[in-house]
Amino acid sequence: MTTLRLAFAYLASRPLATILHVLMLALGVATAAFLLLFTSQAEERLARDAKPVDLVVGAKGSPLQLILSSVFHVDMPTGNIGLEESKAISRHPMVASATPVALGDSYRGHRIVGTDASFLGLYDAKVAAGRPFKEEMEVVVGSEVARRHQLAPGAKIVGSHGLAQAGPGHDEDPFEVVGVLAPTGTVIDRLVLTPVESVWHVHEHHGGAQPAPPAAAPTQGGRLEITALLVKYRTPLAAAMLPRLVNSSTSMQAASPAFESARLLDMVGVGVQTLQWFAAVMMASAALSVFVALTSALQERRYDLALLRTLGARPLRLASLSLAEGVTLLVSGVILGLALGHGAAHALGLWLAQSGSWPLAGLAWAPGEAMLVAAVFAGGFATCLVPAVQAYLSDPASLLAKR
Amino acid sequence: MLEIRGLRHQYAGRTVVSVPEWDVPRGEASLVLGPSGSGKSTLLNAIAGLTTPTEGTIRVAGEAMTGVAPASRDALRARRIGLVLQTLHLIGVITVRENLRIAQRLAGLPRDDARIDEVLASLAIGELAGSKARQLSVGEAQRVAIARAVVNRPPLILADEPTSALDDANCGKALTLLLDQAKATGATLIVATHDNRIRERFARRLEL
Ligand SMILES: Nc1ncnc2c1ncn2[C@@H]1O[C@H](COP(=O)(O)OP(=O)(O)OP(=O)(O)O)[C@@H](O)[C@H]1O
Ligand SMILES: [Mg+2]
Repeated sequence: MTTLRLAFAYLASRPLATILHVLMLALGVATAAFLLLFTSQAEERLARDAKPVDLVVGAKGSPLQLILSSVFHVDMPTGNIGLEESKAISRHPMVASATPVALGDSYRGHRIVGTDASFLGLYDAKVAAGRPFKEEMEVVVGSEVARRHQLAPGAKIVGSHGLAQAGPGHDEDPFEVVGVLAPTGTVIDRLVLTPVESVWHVHEHHGGAQPAPPAAAPTQGGRLEITALLVKYRTPLAAAMLPRLVNSSTSMQAASPAFESARLLDMVGVGVQTLQWFAAVMMASAALSVFVALTSALQERRYDLALLRTLGARPLRLASLSLAEGVTLLVSGVILGLALGHGAAHALGLWLAQSGSWPLAGLAWAPGEAMLVAAVFAGGFATCLVPAVQAYLSDPASLLAKR
Repeated sequence: MLEIRGLRHQYAGRTVVSVPEWDVPRGEASLVLGPSGSGKSTLLNAIAGLTTPTEGTIRVAGEAMTGVAPASRDALRARRIGLVLQTLHLIGVITVRENLRIAQRLAGLPRDDARIDEVLASLAIGELAGSKARQLSVGEAQRVAIARAVVNRPPLILADEPTSALDDANCGKALTLLLDQAKATGATLIVATHDNRIRERFARRLEL
């Protein structure tokens, strides 16, 4: 009681400094927590979207672009492949399932994906309302799409050409929403799914007249095309065989989502790591300035500590007095920092959800955070103990003779 | 109460205080006199167990203060000795009452606000109990330091220059307070000073 009362009295005796120290520490912790949340969730998100697909077969070009466009649904497709040609892959004995993907249109920034029923299975998506699509021009919308645009089975939506927010409309060909998916936490939440035939149908009307391919559409020759094929292997052996087979003996290319997203993370990782270092440096400098301030405050306190010794205080009490003051600062700084970091992540998450990007959950813990808190406390404890030990080792008589 | 034998203390090979033999009986008031730098503070610190003398033995209330572990010195001091330091050293951020409570607490005594009020009243600073110690004038702080030294009724009170900062009137008052407090609790009092204003008040003197 005496110890805590004294510690609070010391903190209260210099309120401005106390508040500034807490804020400094809080900002460092907040930055670090925010970055930890952001990077860990980005990685997890990429992994979750990529995991169900073993191999993507699509038009030749950049393999990363192929993965980005047909698995993560962010980039432009590399081109189209012939339906007949892709069937040869689907029928390969090492292929467990092959899901077609035909891209080209979007609904208010959400991609309309021409596919078949197996797409839902890839992401374990369940229909929450209505039913799966069956006929041409029927769509099932992801939970995010339904939430943002208040779509329910029975609604009619009009796609626009191209994958951007606003392209020329396909007003004469409205889709009918027949189902809404339950949230999965994957990319499917932000997609509009329809049978491949719908995409062909929409683009038949326009023929080749529309600019801005690549859109999966019948070409002049009447050949049916899709954008990519999402393949699941029947056997691990396929990983060694299939990509080579596709790349060498067909006009198509095969790309592995796991490999490409690892490569992407490697490239982005340099940036993320830089940010993490930046956060670490910020944290360290914040911690350092708090510790310097604490040390100088506790240096002044040495006289009081020496006095307490003359009154009979044991080393443990001197140490706990030093600690109580520092720990109060540390705990408030860390709590405020975590609140700020998670609050910022949550706010950004809400904003990102508004703009339709992948969500960031601020109200969750990132794996590195326990380490972060432990490191701050370890450093803080060590700093607080120094003056206490000094007070005990130094000769109280000569200390008390001063001033 | 106090028994010193063959005491000598050196700083860097220079002997700053030497007391071959000195006994102070229980309940007596003694004065340690000497010019500045003659080793008065050093002697008091050695008696209080804050400084370990180079040579010699000190016994307080029959218990050894020299040749024992620091922990027993701390315990002996906390239980038996009330200190009025030359530089006072109140804890500024807390109240006068809390300063006295800490002294009770660290001596292992139960909290006793009635005793605190009694001591403060007898030193005529009862109304300062709730004031922050750092707001006190020097004279007031000196009284609080005296109050803290006597609040636990220690059998031995050591006061180092308790009057050096005070004008004549307050010097006389402070000394009266110390002597009265010592008498009231039956404590042995040792005052170190170079202040010739107070030498006549003590029958027993040690000249350094
Ligand atoms: N920690 C120390 N290290 C080295 N020398 C010291 C130390 N403390 C005191 N001295 C020296 O010991 C001598 C005695 O000092 P002390 O403080 O005991 O004198 P004093 O009689 O109390 O003087 P004053 O009346 O000024 O308080 C002085 O010469 C001083 O310089
Ligand atoms: Mg002195």
